[in-house]
Amino acid sequence: MTTKTVNFTVHHVARIEGHGNIIVNAKDGKIEEVKWEVPESPRFFESMLRGLSYSDVNFVAPRICGICAVAHATASIEATEAALGVKLTEQGALIRELLFDAETVTSHVLHTYFLVAPDFLGVGSVIPLAATHTDVVLRALRMKKFANNWADMLCGRKTHPISMVAGGFVKWPEIEQLKSLKEALEGQYMQDLDITVDLFKTLKFPDFTRETEYIALFRPDKYSFIGGAIGSTDCKPMPINDYLKVTNEFCVPWSTAKFTKHLRDSYQVGALARFNINHDKLHPKAKKVAQIFGLKAPCYNPYFISVAQLVETVHAVENSIMILDKLLTKGIKQEKPEVKVKAGRGVGAVEAPRGILFHDYTFDDDGKCIAANIIIPTNENHNSIQHDFEKLLPEIIDKPQDQIKLAMEMLVRAYDPCVSCSTHMLEVKFK
Amino acid sequence: MKPRVAFFDFTGCEGCQLEVLNFNLEIVDLITAVDIVEFREASSDHSDNYDIAFIEGSITQEKDIARIQDIRSKAKVLIALGACACTGGVNSLKNYYPMEENLKLVYGENAKWYKTIPTRPVHGVVPVEFFLHGCPPNRVEVVRLIKCLLTGKKFEQCPNPVCVECKLAENICAFERGEFCLGPVTRGGCNAVCVTAGRKCWGCRSLVDEPNTNSQKDLLAKYGLTVGDVLKQFRIFNGTLEVAKS
Repeated sequence: MTTKTVNFTVHHVARIEGHGNIIVNAKDGKIEEVKWEVPESPRFFESMLRGLSYSDVNFVAPRICGICAVAHATASIEATEAALGVKLTEQGALIRELLFDAETVTSHVLHTYFLVAPDFLGVGSVIPLAATHTDVVLRALRMKKFANNWADMLCGRKTHPISMVAGGFVKWPEIEQLKSLKEALEGQYMQDLDITVDLFKTLKFPDFTRETEYIALFRPDKYSFIGGAIGSTDCKPMPINDYLKVTNEFCVPWSTAKFTKHLRDSYQVGALARFNINHDKLHPKAKKVAQIFGLKAPCYNPYFISVAQLVETVHAVENSIMILDKLLTKGIKQEKPEVKVKAGRGVGAVEAPRGILFHDYTFDDDGKCIAANIIIPTNENHNSIQHDFEKLLPEIIDKPQDQIKLAMEMLVRAYDPCVSCSTHMLEVKFK
Repeated sequence: MKPRVAFFDFTGCEGCQLEVLNFNLEIVDLITAVDIVEFREASSDHSDNYDIAFIEGSITQEKDIARIQDIRSKAKVLIALGACACTGGVNSLKNYYPMEENLKLVYGENAKWYKTIPTRPVHGVVPVEFFLHGCPPNRVEVVRLIKCLLTGKKFEQCPNPVCVECKLAENICAFERGEFCLGPVTRGGCNAVCVTAGRKCWGCRSLVDEPNTNSQKDLLAKYGLTVGDVLKQFRIFNGTLEVAKS
């Protein structure tokens, strides 16, 4: 029986995108309070988008998040296309997917190398690693820069996208650019990924599990990042238009970000949720990487979200090579996106790097936005983080305070929260 | 001694800090020339001792005011990084609705739990030495400012409107494509990236110092548009500017 008293607050947890606090208060070994608090300043995008034309909405909405701007742009455009009845051509769909793969890769590389790896190497950031692990840092920077350029080439600029619009793109890549992208992905990038897998293989992930409901986009034919149905480990797939029945957002007074729940107390979204639901549709090399890490569905260890991200990075590169093969065979046509404005409502759903993301817009006859609702993956995970905390803390309460702190911060970071989306995150308060 | 540099974020998307991380190989050189003592998005190291503070995001909460004043009191040089810090950016769109309405729309019956104030740029609260405009800011310009600070050279904003850079890029004029472009009155320095990528200028780098309003009026007349149309469009990134409020 422990008699330990632990009080701490991690104020503004670092190496996450946005602000969040961890509050722990335990007296004589009894946990009085453990809380995941999100004090990020509210943004009010749902209010601000009102009155803007549909194309301005698509340009402004990605400003919700600098890291997953392409995911927001894609969800925004998908919602707009659904509302206005715009059909995307095959070429448009392929380039959109190729761009989305670049988004997944950049974000996952940033997260695993820059935000997660320092914990395992015992440093506060990637900066001191530049001196001690120069090759690792240079490889991480190279991999990130490459994926960034890959996205820039397709949408004008990754943060924030320019040339992607409802109905396709206003500027299409040159065949030569696609050829050299394919060559680089098959060559240097795959090599760098192999070395990355070898590096992360040596890291020991904390042993913790909590079974919960996992939610991600589902399509019978592929590991879906754009569109499909809403899949769950607890029930049959549900139509995207019914997203509100899945998310059930609610407010808690200590957080400016909203919480969500579906069939259980909380649900998890993101790379591990996608893996648990869609693992059988991974490309061959990604499947192999999952095996190397011993990642098997269903996996209930949230620290393994980072491993699932690595698996997805490999999958996205394999997927892009397949898309590039198709594009190079068919050639690029100078299609002009066409949109006819009409009143209507539409929902778009994508798998942002951090999980399922919904944009829902209503437009008037002139194509001006009259209502908007946006549900962000990080918000969907807040409740899951809170429930993980409640299970994790009693299991580690006998450890020294700095180890408890680190385990909890690492857990939050594993979720890769993107709080400026949800609104910001991470301070740990040990009171 | 190397200058100590800190990054702080207020209300925004953190894309500006990401642009700094995206210097990639250049950032390794920069890191060796300065001491980065605070960069929460990328580092858990923390310090109150800094010379140069980069501020990302706008002031949108009461508690932001004391925080930015505190940072100002510690920093020798304060830099507004990106549109949200420089002009309020897209955050100012909320100023066109009553705050209660914004809260009610997003939080419903729980609106009373939360607070918000009208968006202000950083210089709306404390003095700012340098502005790095844009959503996101231009990487080359950010590096140029840091180099100027390190070498004691004078940093100057791009004096031309976006139009000049757009012509150098040999783009077809966005107006010719039927778009309504703010390039003629917006500060350049972005290489007209949005028009080059096939769209138009949304004015994210704010008004150029001496906008050629007459030429803009002629253009508007030519394409059947009004000054009101322009101002409304300027609101997207510059809602706190007087010209956008009418």
